[in-house]
Amino acid sequence: MELIYSLAVGIFCACGVWLLLRPRTFQVILGLALLSYATNLFIFAMGRLTLDRPPLIDPNVVADASLYDDPIPQALVLTAIVIGFATTALFLVMLIASRGFTGTDHVDGVEKDE
Amino acid sequence: MTLYLVLLLPFVGALGAGLLRATARNVEAWLAGAVAISCAAILATYYPDMLAGRVVQVAVDWLPQYGLTFGLRLDGYAWMFAMLVTVIGALVVVYARYYMSPADPVPRFFSFLLAFMGSMLGVVLSGNLIQLVMFWELTSFTSFVLIAYWYHRTDARAGARMALTVTAAGGMCLLAGVLMMGHIAGSYDLDRVLAAADTIRAHSLYPWLLTMVLLGAFTKSAQFPFHFWLPRAMAAPTPVSSYLHSATMVKAGVFLLARLWPVLSGTDLWFAIVCSAGLASLLVGAYAATFQRDMKGVLAYSTISHLGLITLLLGMNSTLALVAAVFHMLNHATFKASLFMAAGIVDHETGTRDLKRLGGLYHAMPITATLAMVAAAAMAGVPLLNGFLSKEMFFAETMFAGEALWLRILLPATAILAGMFSVAYSARLIRQVFLGTAPGELPRTPHEPTRWMLLPSATLVLLCLLVGVLPGRTIGPVLDLATRAILSDGRMPVYSLKVWHGLNMPLLMSAAAFIGGLAIHAWMTHLGHPEGVLKPLFRRFDGKRAFSVLQVRLIRGATRLVNGISSTRLQTQLALIVVAVITAAAVATLGRLNLDLTTDLAQIDPAFALLWVVGGACAIGAALQAKFHRLAALIMVGCAGLVTSLTFAWFSAPDLALTQVSVEVVTTVLLLLGLRWMPKRLAMDLKNRDTARARARRVRDATLAIVAGVGMAVLAYVVLTQPAGPGIRDFIVKNALPGGGGHNIVNVILVDFRGFDTFGEITVVGIVALTIYKLLRRFRPAPEVMASSGQKRDPGRELPDPRDAVPKGVMLVPAIIGRLLLPMAGVVSVFFLLRGHNAPGGGFVGGLVMATGFIAQYLVNGTLWVESRLRIHPQYWIGGGLLCAAGAGCLAWFASLPYMSAIVWEPKLPLLGKLHLSSVLVFDLGVYLLVVGTTTLMLIALAHQSLRSHRRVAEAEELTSVRMVR
Repeated sequence: MELIYSLAVGIFCACGVWLLLRPRTFQVILGLALLSYATNLFIFAMGRLTLDRPPLIDPNVVADASLYDDPIPQALVLTAIVIGFATTALFLVMLIASRGFTGTDHVDGVEKDE
Repeated sequence: MTLYLVLLLPFVGALGAGLLRATARNVEAWLAGAVAISCAAILATYYPDMLAGRVVQVAVDWLPQYGLTFGLRLDGYAWMFAMLVTVIGALVVVYARYYMSPADPVPRFFSFLLAFMGSMLGVVLSGNLIQLVMFWELTSFTSFVLIAYWYHRTDARAGARMALTVTAAGGMCLLAGVLMMGHIAGSYDLDRVLAAADTIRAHSLYPWLLTMVLLGAFTKSAQFPFHFWLPRAMAAPTPVSSYLHSATMVKAGVFLLARLWPVLSGTDLWFAIVCSAGLASLLVGAYAATFQRDMKGVLAYSTISHLGLITLLLGMNSTLALVAAVFHMLNHATFKASLFMAAGIVDHETGTRDLKRLGGLYHAMPITATLAMVAAAAMAGVPLLNGFLSKEMFFAETMFAGEALWLRILLPATAILAGMFSVAYSARLIRQVFLGTAPGELPRTPHEPTRWMLLPSATLVLLCLLVGVLPGRTIGPVLDLATRAILSDGRMPVYSLKVWHGLNMPLLMSAAAFIGGLAIHAWMTHLGHPEGVLKPLFRRFDGKRAFSVLQVRLIRGATRLVNGISSTRLQTQLALIVVAVITAAAVATLGRLNLDLTTDLAQIDPAFALLWVVGGACAIGAALQAKFHRLAALIMVGCAGLVTSLTFAWFSAPDLALTQVSVEVVTTVLLLLGLRWMPKRLAMDLKNRDTARARARRVRDATLAIVAGVGMAVLAYVVLTQPAGPGIRDFIVKNALPGGGGHNIVNVILVDFRGFDTFGEITVVGIVALTIYKLLRRFRPAPEVMASSGQKRDPGRELPDPRDAVPKGVMLVPAIIGRLLLPMAGVVSVFFLLRGHNAPGGGFVGGLVMATGFIAQYLVNGTLWVESRLRIHPQYWIGGGLLCAAGAGCLAWFASLPYMSAIVWEPKLPLLGKLHLSSVLVFDLGVYLLVVGTTTLMLIALAHQSLRSHRRVAEAEELTSVRMVR
């Protein structure tokens, strides 16, 4: 499982970086989305992978950390997802505003040779 | 405790004045005047304490862990200065009321003026050196905004910038000096520092700290070579020049030198630096003042010269000279402030301050002329006026300051020379403005101003006279208690304040200065164009030019540096960032990675592997298609998001899975809305897609991407195959139920353990939403996008008519279903919100579900139709959410707990039984409201862009009498 998970992070990251370096704004926004998936998965992995142990306390059992998946990376990723949405929205608005002002969707606002 | 009022009143007044109407000139002036007079009155009640030699101290803890207190310390010297600040402040307020034109934004003026008064009182009354520096910088800042008061004028902006650069840089130096001093003394408390005077002087850091403190004082008091900012600051309104740039703020430098005189003076280094700076300023200022054309220019250079005189006195290491310095601070403030007021009156009544155009004003305004003449005479040091007394003391001191013979000759000689110039420029000022005849027509016909405008100037002139005639009875006690407070160790010198000391050297020197000065003046008048003859000599001292040259060089150098090491192109920048990140990660991990690839293939779940085959394919597909097939790429990214969400669910993170799914929905809708504004792009349109350069760039990017991907994969794998460290999860898991009262640990972390963090986060999200809304209000779409709008070309796909009960046409069925969806979405979202503390869910998920419900209405019914029936007002949701979350945090105060602590209330109700109510539910409700508000606001604002210049908008506005978002 760990191997697949790591490969998944790697592929998302590679695709994200590739799109991040492209010249068109829409490519960059998708690249950031993919890169944020990769980052969130990576941070989530810091708690290691556990199956069927969601961090929901069973009151009948004495609370012990080994019974549950690490909740801290989960909490961090949860806020990261929401913030990621907000920044994506902001970036999208910048993108279409830049397109309106400059007439191009090139990231530098100037049409260049590729 | 009333001492705090002295400091507090001006700042409160500044706030109040700023809030008043722009036309409330009288109210403003009354407020400012009342503040100044009350402060002076409070200070006056402390006079008996001062006479008794007591030091009044009040203090509260500021940063106790660093040994810092916020303390006020009132001794005789501080009292004298505070009185000066408040009394002249009150006079300036009266003057400014009549000086400022009704067209000027007066609230701003009085507000800044009061803020300055407060800052200056803060400097004077600080019992702590760090606090003093803080107020010091505040005076620099308020001086900046006051100089730039008429900010439409270029000279005002440039002058303000220069003043701020010089004085704030000096303030930084002062802070460094004060830190060193505090370090040596072991405390920043003024008393402790004063007590440690000998230790400080003997310390090896003494030369450094002295230089730093002196840099601060010299920049503030416009001492050579930092004097150049003061003449440029004359772009300020005249009341400001009169108050800040003659009487008070520029005195802060010499104030500090005298305040720290027992600590820092007495060494040869002090003598050398302070005396040379003072001497240079004295001469340069007096010399330059003789050929200025602007009345205020003359006064500004004369101020530099007089401040130089005070500095020189302070540098002489003699207690008698210290007394003279303090005395001259007072005298200079009175005559110079009144002269500035006279200059302002002349400017106000004639429309010019140019000495070449003015003349013969004595006939038109005799009272103003008389007042100005008396003040100018005090400036020149005419007997029976206050300036004469301190100048005599200065002359006397110059003869004994130095031990070497050359000093004993040089100092008195330069003093006489400066005295001559001083007489010359005073005489020139009066003769050019008030005597003779005007060379031409003046912009306005001059006449005497209102009595109230003359009153402040007259009061000051009267003081000059009183002090000049009866020094011992009037100023004597004040001067005595001020210097006694500085020299607390009984080194008080014997001096006598008398007009007539008999025929002695100082009197002869005064006489020489007079005769010489009048001779210079006669010579200059004979020449006709003094600046033509004298100015060239002055070029060498041009600090202003040095400042500009330095500034230009700095900017040019910085630009060159930036151009050399960076690029304006985003792609290059991002590539550099990626390279930097890869390098940093490689340096940190290479050689320390314990890569163990012997994984048990049998453990791999085929379903999971398949899931990620799909996920990986989607990501790669999106990467390849994002340029020419945006919709396809967007769908694939959405797919990748779903796979991520499933992965979260797979590995015991139901909360994450829920949040990711609901965010995925709104993100996709958002990006779909954005697609409309993108330009059309087809692969065959691009000619240079296959040039060698483009290919090389793609190879480079692909390499970077692959290296980054492999690196991340390796890192993730290494982490995953190693056991987790202890961390803080034990604590969190153990305390979630007993401490946080919730079963869902992730939610407990979000709303309780890290509640403040979440509060900050939702604030950011709210700000982002408002930013988007604001940005889109100014947005203008590209013209060809508007022209090619499909809805306009195809009449069958018109926007739904807001007057229809249900949208007609193809959207009928989705509209009915969508309408049924809204209450269900509401119920589901509240369900997620309420159960969030104990089961997967919570405010984030609930809010996103509710927002999706709203968005669905927009999607199927069209913006106009929805908004003619339902106004969501997302801004209210955002505000309500923030208030709710912040209020939930405050609830803890009622239980005397720290902010954001959870409070549980378990009431027993009939019928319902025991209820579990917690303040974190209110907090989560805030999160919920905010998420609904922000998401809806973002999407609605974007959706409204399609409605620009649409004819139906006007109809809908008529129908609903609500203005659409445009």
